[in-house]
Amino acid sequence: MKLYDRWKILTGIVIFLIAVTFPIWYGKAKSVPPPDLKLDTPAIQALKEKLCVEQAPTMRANHMRLLISWRESVVRDGNRTYRASDGKVYTISLAGTCLECHSNKAEFCDRCHDYAGAKPNCWNCHIMPEEVRR
Amino acid sequence: MLEKALTGSRGYWIWVAGLMALTALGLFFYLRQLDYGLGITGMSRDISWGLYIAQFTFLVGVAASAVMLVLPYYLHDFKAFGKITILGEFLAVAAVIMCITFVFVDLGRPDRVMNVMLHPSPSSILFWDMIVLSCYLLLNIVTGWTVLESDRMGVPPPRWVKPLIIVSIPWAISIHTVTAFIYAGLPGRGFWLTAIMAPRFLASAFASGPALLILFCLLLRRLTGFDAGEKAIQTLAKIVAYALATSIFFVLVEIFTTFYGQIPGHMDHFRYLFRGLEGHNMIANWMTVSALLACISLVLLIVPRWRKGEPVLAVACIGAFVSLWIEKGLGLIVTGFVPSPLEAITDYLPTGPEIAITVGVWALGLLLITFFYRIFVAVRSGD
Amino acid sequence: MTPTRRDFLRIAGASAVGLLLPPWARMANSAQTAGMAPISVPAKALTARRWAMVVDAAKCRPGCRDCVDACHLVHNVPDFKNLKDDIHWISLEKAGHLFPTEIHLRQPEAIRTLPLPVLCNHCENPPCVRVCPTKATFQRADGIVMMDYHRCIGCRFCMAACPYGSRSMNYRDPRPFIGKLNPDFPTRTRGVVEKCNFCEERLAQGLLPACVTACKEKALIFGDLEEKGSDLRHTLEGGFSIRRRSELGTGPQVYYRL
Repeated sequence: MKLYDRWKILTGIVIFLIAVTFPIWYGKAKSVPPPDLKLDTPAIQALKEKLCVEQAPTMRANHMRLLISWRESVVRDGNRTYRASDGKVYTISLAGTCLECHSNKAEFCDRCHDYAGAKPNCWNCHIMPEEVRR
Repeated sequence: MLEKALTGSRGYWIWVAGLMALTALGLFFYLRQLDYGLGITGMSRDISWGLYIAQFTFLVGVAASAVMLVLPYYLHDFKAFGKITILGEFLAVAAVIMCITFVFVDLGRPDRVMNVMLHPSPSSILFWDMIVLSCYLLLNIVTGWTVLESDRMGVPPPRWVKPLIIVSIPWAISIHTVTAFIYAGLPGRGFWLTAIMAPRFLASAFASGPALLILFCLLLRRLTGFDAGEKAIQTLAKIVAYALATSIFFVLVEIFTTFYGQIPGHMDHFRYLFRGLEGHNMIANWMTVSALLACISLVLLIVPRWRKGEPVLAVACIGAFVSLWIEKGLGLIVTGFVPSPLEAITDYLPTGPEIAITVGVWALGLLLITFFYRIFVAVRSGD
Repeated sequence: MTPTRRDFLRIAGASAVGLLLPPWARMANSAQTAGMAPISVPAKALTARRWAMVVDAAKCRPGCRDCVDACHLVHNVPDFKNLKDDIHWISLEKAGHLFPTEIHLRQPEAIRTLPLPVLCNHCENPPCVRVCPTKATFQRADGIVMMDYHRCIGCRFCMAACPYGSRSMNYRDPRPFIGKLNPDFPTRTRGVVEKCNFCEERLAQGLLPACVTACKEKALIFGDLEEKGSDLRHTLEGGFSIRRRSELGTGPQVYYRL
């Protein structure tokens, strides 16, 4: 089979391959160390048992799902009580529960989010703990 | 068939380039609106719908007007319209796309537009409007395209097209009734809370849409070889005349009920609309123009000697179209909000970016019509 | 046989739909995590079968703006300082404007010009809830008409439907215009509609609404309309009260004792 316009096609394929692998070869130019999360806020240090609402691996994988179901629960059902899998009862509140302990967004939340390229837009409305000290 | 839109004279390409430039300008300002917020428009707490929704309301009518070609031809075998039903269907497609675009640019959070489908709310008329408009768009794209393509192949259209076209007739009525229901079901807005809103919308739709179609037919006759036929154009003009007369009549009966009934709250809206309240008379000035244009156009369309002359017919159609664009556009929307529930009178003035975005969407619609009609003409002249 | 352009478009369209099906199906099942408690209310929360408010106009002190300032402070309501972008959850308007049909021109000037607080009436039969295409505004079992700022698309149909002018649109980013940020309550973004929420977040903590608490003259009485012994019922039964535009059948739950 003849390949018509061979050079145009091959050039196009090469350009395409360069473009489509851009994230790989561009990212390789710098190596980013895994995020170093700071869990030493005063509130966490004051805790006897340093446990989050759910286990850390669960939270790492599912905190966004949890937050969305919390959101639906509070806003749409008016239900502000959460019974965790270990039976403990928490008040559902981003600022009042989560951010009470994790009050260091820049050294905790942002470190993983920046690393993973996640840009949660919650902060358009929900107020970061640091923001109030202005 | 799409490739036929890519061949044309120099004039064609200059026109397309101009429309594309306007569309691009509109897009540029829309990006600025996305950045700043809807505050870049003239809308306010009291006047929360403005130019965009006004265009949407008017254009749903233009979209519905395809039925005025389809009904006589398919239900009553009025052969004169046989050549141009496709023009009506393509106009409907472009108009509905413009409607959807206007609603989209009016949203505060367009990134969340899918919420309307993810969280269906059957009690909301806007939900139903979205459904009927989307189906109407599909109906007209499919039928218009299929009939034109069958034409090109020189064969009769497939059998399944006819039921779809028949369905599009009550569907056209429904899209504009549903749009009227957006306004006519709001207890707090006395100006809109009237049963005659849907009939008014339909009457003005059947005046403005066919008027635009006549103008397009006259243009096509001048610029291309396509002649819709004197009978078709004159019948359309008579339809515009009857519809315009009905529309004016409906306005007059509204005025009667309001001013004979003498309820102050009701009268306030109409005083604002036609005369102005407490010195706020911008809408009233525009409505005076609209009323004059409507009456003059009606007379020009009724007298056969005048209706039959092409330049006069064109003027009458432009007059009818502009008159209804004012009346059913900003005239309707702004007046619904004035006076506000707390008796305040707020002015609404569209801003530059708002106008640029509006012009951009109109340019987009005209671009679509240009492409559709180019394809139509190419097929009809046997390319 | 070589495929035509039409065949290609058909296959592309079908593939696109096919690729979109799993994400859509997943989205429909999302937000279901284990451990969601059945609706249980903390002991201190205030509950009601129908929340309502009475404005005792006789106690309302002209020139006072305590209710407005308190509400806007607690809820991070921005102050744009211009009428066009204005957002307010509660404001003071002249009685003559609140009740244009009842307060005729020959009423004493003091009554006609008396500033009264206006806020969302949390209607029994709210037209705003009827028209919302996404159910971003909805009615709770206790009567409060809520806003879900996460779902609102900013179409402003609710603003057109509200007979009372209670709703405000964020035409611009509100953050730069908030005086003092209250960290205990979120702000809103540009593009959504907002309004009074009868301080449902305070009710959940056992507190009365901010405006009620802030009023030094105790002109705002808040309570459960269905609770026979409540202060609210007592006040209502004590004399004549009217509601705004009650002929519309919306069933507003803010009563005015003039």
